[in-house]
Amino acid sequence: MNALRLVKSGDWLVFAAGLLAVSWLAGQFWHRGGAADRVVIRSGGKVFAELTLSGRQTVTVPGPLGQTLVEIDQRRARVAKDPSPRQYCVQQGWLSRAGEAAICLPNQVSIELAGADKLYDSLNY
Amino acid sequence: MTPSTIDIAPTREDHRIARLAALAIALSLMEAVIPSPLPGVKPGIANIVTLVVLKRFGFGDAVWVSLLRVVAGSLMLGSFLSPSFALSLSGAIASLAALRLALLLPASRFGAVSLSIIAAFAHIAGQLAVVRLWLIPHDGLLYLVPAFAAAALLFGTVNGLIAARLLGAPSSVRP
Repeated sequence: MNALRLVKSGDWLVFAAGLLAVSWLAGQFWHRGGAADRVVIRSGGKVFAELTLSGRQTVTVPGPLGQTLVEIDQRRARVAKDPSPRQYCVQQGWLSRAGEAAICLPNQVSIELAGADKLYDSLNY
Repeated sequence: MTPSTIDIAPTREDHRIARLAALAIALSLMEAVIPSPLPGVKPGIANIVTLVVLKRFGFGDAVWVSLLRVVAGSLMLGSFLSPSFALSLSGAIASLAALRLALLLPASRFGAVSLSIIAAFAHIAGQLAVVRLWLIPHDGLLYLVPAFAAAALLFGTVNGLIAARLLGAPSSVRP
């Protein structure tokens, strides 16, 4: 083909190196902090427990309204049950990435996933 | 008309560089009206001229054409000495430096496409360095790096193919 004659053997090498560089950069800057390895549970502003995400367990956290049930399964965590009237933290569902959080304000309980490095929760310029 | 008191006799080389730089300036002006989804992602078609000049007339001419294009192009777009001028200058300097090194590769195996891809990556690297150090000193910028790199690979390849095609054609510019 005519177009292929314009490309020399080394050009393919450079192109492949370019592809490799782009995918390496994407891995470096786009998937960073994705993996969470522990969950921090707070109650009344104080750290109640800091647990790894490996294994399966449920934790009961006491608050002013009652008990909040935190569940850990398959490297994810969620608030399974909470006495708060609007159930926002329960509806948030499973959290799996570092930096994600669910907050049960009325019962003063929050869970936050943490990874090797903390992600930004907002940016401004 | 009053005769000029200074007399500069332009050489053939001067005329050639001026003609090629004018071509590059025209291409960068045309490109300036193309909208872009991400500020800074541009095809960089003026670099085709730089590549052809580099291959046909050598590195010195390519430096002249490239820098004249940056300065005169910014004068025409009204961005002279603005941040966008600093960006195109830093990109041009970085890609010229990379092209100088890339010329050390054996030309029998590495053609215009190689040079174009290498120059495109150097161009965006030089620009991002200036943006990170001066304009937006924040690591949030790094999130855009893969997108810029992918654009550099794409447009570098396309520009390189066009340059290779032009270099294969009989020269329309007198050496």
